[in-house]
Amino acid sequence: MNWDWSAVGDFLPYFWKGLLVTLQVLALGSLISFSLGLVWALLCRVPTRWVQWPVGVVTEFVRNTPLLVQLFFLFYVLPEWGLAFSAPATGVVAIGLHYSTYTMQVYRAGIEAVPAGQWEAATALNLPRGRTWRAVILPQALRRVVPALGNYVLSMLKDTPLLMAITVLEMLGQARLFSQERFQFTEPLTVIGVAFVVVSYLASLLLRTLERRLVR
Amino acid sequence: MSVETQTSNRPTGTAPAAEPLVRLEQVTKRFGEHTVLDRLDFAVEAGRHVTLIGPSGSGKTTILRMLMTLTRPDEGTITVAGQRLFPAPEKQVREARKNIGMVFQQFNLFPNMTVLRNLTEAPVTVLGLSRDEAEERARELLELVGLSDKCDVRPPRLSGGQQQRVAIARALAMRPKVLLLDEVTSALDPELVAGVLDLLRDIARSTDITMLCVTHEMNFARDISDQVLMFDAGRIVEAGPPEQIFGDPEQARTREFLSAVR
Repeated sequence: MNWDWSAVGDFLPYFWKGLLVTLQVLALGSLISFSLGLVWALLCRVPTRWVQWPVGVVTEFVRNTPLLVQLFFLFYVLPEWGLAFSAPATGVVAIGLHYSTYTMQVYRAGIEAVPAGQWEAATALNLPRGRTWRAVILPQALRRVVPALGNYVLSMLKDTPLLMAITVLEMLGQARLFSQERFQFTEPLTVIGVAFVVVSYLASLLLRTLERRLVR
Repeated sequence: MSVETQTSNRPTGTAPAAEPLVRLEQVTKRFGEHTVLDRLDFAVEAGRHVTLIGPSGSGKTTILRMLMTLTRPDEGTITVAGQRLFPAPEKQVREARKNIGMVFQQFNLFPNMTVLRNLTEAPVTVLGLSRDEAEERARELLELVGLSDKCDVRPPRLSGGQQQRVAIARALAMRPKVLLLDEVTSALDPELVAGVLDLLRDIARSTDITMLCVTHEMNFARDISDQVLMFDAGRIVEAGPPEQIFGDPEQARTREFLSAVR
């Protein structure tokens, strides 16, 4: 096995395209999982069985089936029902949906960690329910969940190569494409391996800064 | 058993109203098998300062929590300022609750808001005051409680005593007719208790607000009360002016309790 620097140079154009896709998937997937997870968590607090139960079943189902199966399902089965999206869009939705069932649990724990006294004070001041959530409970809950949400971002990053299975050319997809054309595997795989480490590291730095800002 | 507040020598400025401000009738509260309050009747006239004493678990705090609608009775009716609080539809409860304010043992200030915001949040969103009006009212109250310089501080940075004074100001900012005080000094370091109690004495003396206190500070109870209610096992054992309860209690159970806490 010989290391070929010129192959690295040749791979770079592929790499940049792949990196861009990976980062886009990560950013949009995080956005979806953060917002949808909060929606799930709030729906779980709606005091009727008719909301809690379906939400429980759906999220439990999504959490306990593999992301790869969900990707295939959304990409190959949904079009049969007339719902066809581009591969990257499907990938972003699948990964966002999948991770929302995890972030939901983070939010739930964060909401439950707000002391009962806060709810009681809000009642004593006669604050309406919506206002209590927005002004009192959520600001305190969200502050607590940032570190745990950050861990899921990193975990999501490592799941992005699964999108290759539905033809999305993120970093691994580009590496594979390059390898198939050039029969050189070592260089592209090494480059993207290092890139994953670097992106993880930068993302964790970003998250830690955010955390420090919020948890004053 | 029915206990009415007795007339005291305190000038309240208001003519004795026919209808008491707070009235509990036949109120029963159970937690599982345990009956905390058993067909309790009592009433408080406007402007009175009533203190509830008695051993832990005797139902004093439960009464305050029911009046604040933090917990619901199992039976009976509760009326505050002529408005039914229980049983009542949610909309009516919200209306009736405007008459009531509460200060908690653990302060329960909102740590995500500045002190000023703690005082203006509810007046703006609930009473519909403009932000300027609410802030003016808040600053006056912070001056009253001696914390004018802490407007922009977040509550976790304050001492327990300061937090409790902010909590008192926050409750007063809603201009309640009744102020419920639930062991407001129990969570404080001993050296901070006096400041909070002095403040409450001032408020009791200078306003016509009706107060219901649960406290273990017997000197404070003696000081500010028109009437003291001695609770035991969900019933009122004895009721009377502080001179009677602390000076010459009629019931053996009261004497026993007071000698234990002194």
